[in-house]
Amino acid sequence: MSDAPLLSVRDLSKRYGARVGCEDISFDLWPGEVLAIVGESGSGKTTLLNCVSTRLQPSSGAVSYRMRDGVLRDLAELGEAERRFLMRTDWGFVHQNPADGLRMRVSAGANVGERLMAIGERHYGRLRETATDWLGRVEIAEDRIDDRPVAFSGGMRQRLQVARNLVTKPRLVFMDEPTGGLDVSVQARLLDLLRSLVSELGLSVIIVTHDLAVARLLSQRMIVMKGGRVVESGLTDRVLDDPHHAYTQLLVASIPES
Amino acid sequence: MYIAVKGGEAAIRNAHRLLDDRRRSDRSVPALTLDQIVGQMALAVDRVMAEGSLYDQELAAMALRQARGDMIEAIFLLRAYRTTLPRFAAARPLDTFRMRIERRISAVYKDIPGGQLLGPTFDYTHRLIEPAMADDPPVDEPMRRLSEAENCPRVTDILGAEGLIEADGQAGSDGEPGDLTRDTLDFPISRDVRLQALARGDEGFLLALGYSTQRGYGRTHPFVGEIRIGLVDVEVELPEVGFPVGIGRIRVTECQMVNQFKGSAKEPPQFTRGYGLVFGQSERKAMAMSLVDRALRADEFDEERTAPAQDEEFVISHSDNVQATGFVEHLKLPHYVDFQAELDLVRRMRREQERPREETESVQEAAE
Amino acid sequence: MSATTPTYAFAYLDEQTKRMIRRAILKAITIPGYQVPFASREMPMPYGWGTGGVQVTASIIGPNDVLKVIDQGADDTTNAVSIRAFFERTAGVATTTRTTEATIVQTRHRVPETPLAEGQTIVFQVPIPEPLRFLEPRETETRVMHALEEYGLMHVKLYEDIARHGHIATTYAYPVKVEGRYVMDPSPIPKFDNPKMHRSPALQLFGAGREKRIYAVPPYTEVVSLDFEDHPFRIQSFDRPCALCGADDVYLDEVVTDDRGGRMFVCSDTDHCEDRRAKGFTGEQVHQEAAE
Repeated sequence: MSDAPLLSVRDLSKRYGARVGCEDISFDLWPGEVLAIVGESGSGKTTLLNCVSTRLQPSSGAVSYRMRDGVLRDLAELGEAERRFLMRTDWGFVHQNPADGLRMRVSAGANVGERLMAIGERHYGRLRETATDWLGRVEIAEDRIDDRPVAFSGGMRQRLQVARNLVTKPRLVFMDEPTGGLDVSVQARLLDLLRSLVSELGLSVIIVTHDLAVARLLSQRMIVMKGGRVVESGLTDRVLDDPHHAYTQLLVASIPES
Repeated sequence: MYIAVKGGEAAIRNAHRLLDDRRRSDRSVPALTLDQIVGQMALAVDRVMAEGSLYDQELAAMALRQARGDMIEAIFLLRAYRTTLPRFAAARPLDTFRMRIERRISAVYKDIPGGQLLGPTFDYTHRLIEPAMADDPPVDEPMRRLSEAENCPRVTDILGAEGLIEADGQAGSDGEPGDLTRDTLDFPISRDVRLQALARGDEGFLLALGYSTQRGYGRTHPFVGEIRIGLVDVEVELPEVGFPVGIGRIRVTECQMVNQFKGSAKEPPQFTRGYGLVFGQSERKAMAMSLVDRALRADEFDEERTAPAQDEEFVISHSDNVQATGFVEHLKLPHYVDFQAELDLVRRMRREQERPREETESVQEAAE
Repeated sequence: MSATTPTYAFAYLDEQTKRMIRRAILKAITIPGYQVPFASREMPMPYGWGTGGVQVTASIIGPNDVLKVIDQGADDTTNAVSIRAFFERTAGVATTTRTTEATIVQTRHRVPETPLAEGQTIVFQVPIPEPLRFLEPRETETRVMHALEEYGLMHVKLYEDIARHGHIATTYAYPVKVEGRYVMDPSPIPKFDNPKMHRSPALQLFGAGREKRIYAVPPYTEVVSLDFEDHPFRIQSFDRPCALCGADDVYLDEVVTDDRGGRMFVCSDTDHCEDRRAKGFTGEQVHQEAAE
């Protein structure tokens, strides 16, 4: 891990009228680090993720990102073109519902190739090759390349979504409950895959989850949210083994020992 | 020998000659006069004026006769004439408070100042075809009001006085209403332009959309605050004279729909509005319009847009029947060139599919 | 009861409207391939039947112009006849069927085979001006895609064609990139005609009445059909020449000659065919008849 943070969040708040989405959040994310944001539904963790990833405009506060040229930029000051370019090259976003992140009526190959075409790849053969390679890496059989995601199982869709995001070799990937809609055995396989891809590619990840087991397996550091605020943060093992805040203790106590 | 098809010109001439013949039909029957159409087909004339966006009963009657009674064709004729007319000015907002009322009903108050006035309505008639109407039976003179009508405040004003309903919308910054026949449509559009589009929109389309909101596709919890039909003065501000000048009087139908209330921690709850205004007498259209207007305001009230009637681009892009009929019917124009391209492609793809199969078959034969 | 008798201006449209449309055309010429919104008027012909092209033509035509109108390449298809008659009546201009004689060619679905020259203007009738429309139905979204040059989705479509059919399956209204910037719908001309647009010496104007858009390709502008490096753009080819004039480098119409499966292929561009025959070129039908 390098000395300079990849992403800095300072005093971030999001209000919907009088209602608080999230309030006064500050944290840094270092290159190659996986940060989990945990909390119950309604705790503001998805709002925070959306603000950090520029999908929502924060009410106040700032998010800065170190671009590929090493310059730290305030994301609010990016133009729309720059922002979109960043989102489809250096970033990835894995939605809980794969249908939100995939083109369901377009073949798996084109789903993987779209980002490359968007940045100018014009060679069909190379697109095929890259798509085939990525399908393999997310454990989807090569002969499904021309099938549409509507014909895929939930787990396959989610793995395809991961491939579609990683094809441009992003440095930062946001994940919103990536295992949320899957049953337990499928979850385990996806988590395994995510863990090996993250370490293999040296990805930085911000992952939102209500599942402490997911946080334990993937993340090095975690943030616990309640009512839009951070109640506790620290190294994942420390927070889970020795929770300080009463709410975290309650969360940890509520998961059965495995 | 084959010669490329000629004679389009003669064919068109003959077709139009036949059309003229069919329109006039039996020459021994007197032709319809414009007075007859204006007088006895008044609601058809009203619809042509409303969706043709031009208030001129004689022209609408001419269009209807020329179109053999085809409403959209008649609307089309009127529109194609209207578009060539210069636009001198925007009238002042019609003051429907001062309307000379022929019909006025409210569904939210039993009794209102000025009273409920049924007027010339099909409501409460029994829909039985009257055999006697085949001829021309004598018709009684209508009953007439003896006293001068009392003031008829609008029901929305009554609610407004108590602050129970949102205020009327504000005009644009320059006070000039938008005009989609003169400016480009740039989504999202402002409410004035939206209302104009709805006022010109196809009655059937808006009726179906309004109906869909009642069936749960974008519910707005509507109540008919008031429908009023009657004559209003059209006034234009002339800078030269410094006061508004009346340029005529038109019949309009206005519907003020009172909808689901909205409030917040800061603002006390208020009913919201849907508005409909149509040339002539057309309650169905005015009511449908006000339902759709309210549904389209979803964003203003932070309502989730889930239904077709709430989708501005969808509704406004498809409400115009002249546009719609043109594009649907253009499919009957020749498409030889494009079809040739498709024909060629399909044949080629069939050949390509055929080839590998033949190859595998011959391989199998060789193996046997 | 008497009604007012309407009167109409030269070429039907009033002068204010023409000025507005000319401004839109000028803007379109300065930003090749960009769709300029304009306040399209209601026309006395139905939407989808050429109202955009007619408005563009009405705005640029002068008393000395010579107008040619074609539909499917032919001068005598009913809609071409009707539009030509409209301008004869409302503008009193001279009309022609000869491509070389025309100063303005209004067309639906074809570019003439005879190359256009400097000083000529071709006006295309356009039903759906937005090349991204069937990939993304929302105007608000496609506008941003054009602004940010986000054309990846267009290639996704071409990719899908190849994956499914082995080649790009778009045969007409084949999207082009203009001067390296805007992706444009060339109107539903067969892709056969796309190369004719590339660096054409003529001014090419596109009018979409119902959709209220005008766009343009100025003379000598790059017009490149989208493709992949390893699946380059190719035009249709016919495996036989025109049965009447013997031309083998033109777009052909298939004509059903009898109910026993008889077919013949003849030039879609009637003027080009007649011109060739006048010059003595002949096709197989003429040869057969001579042999009989």
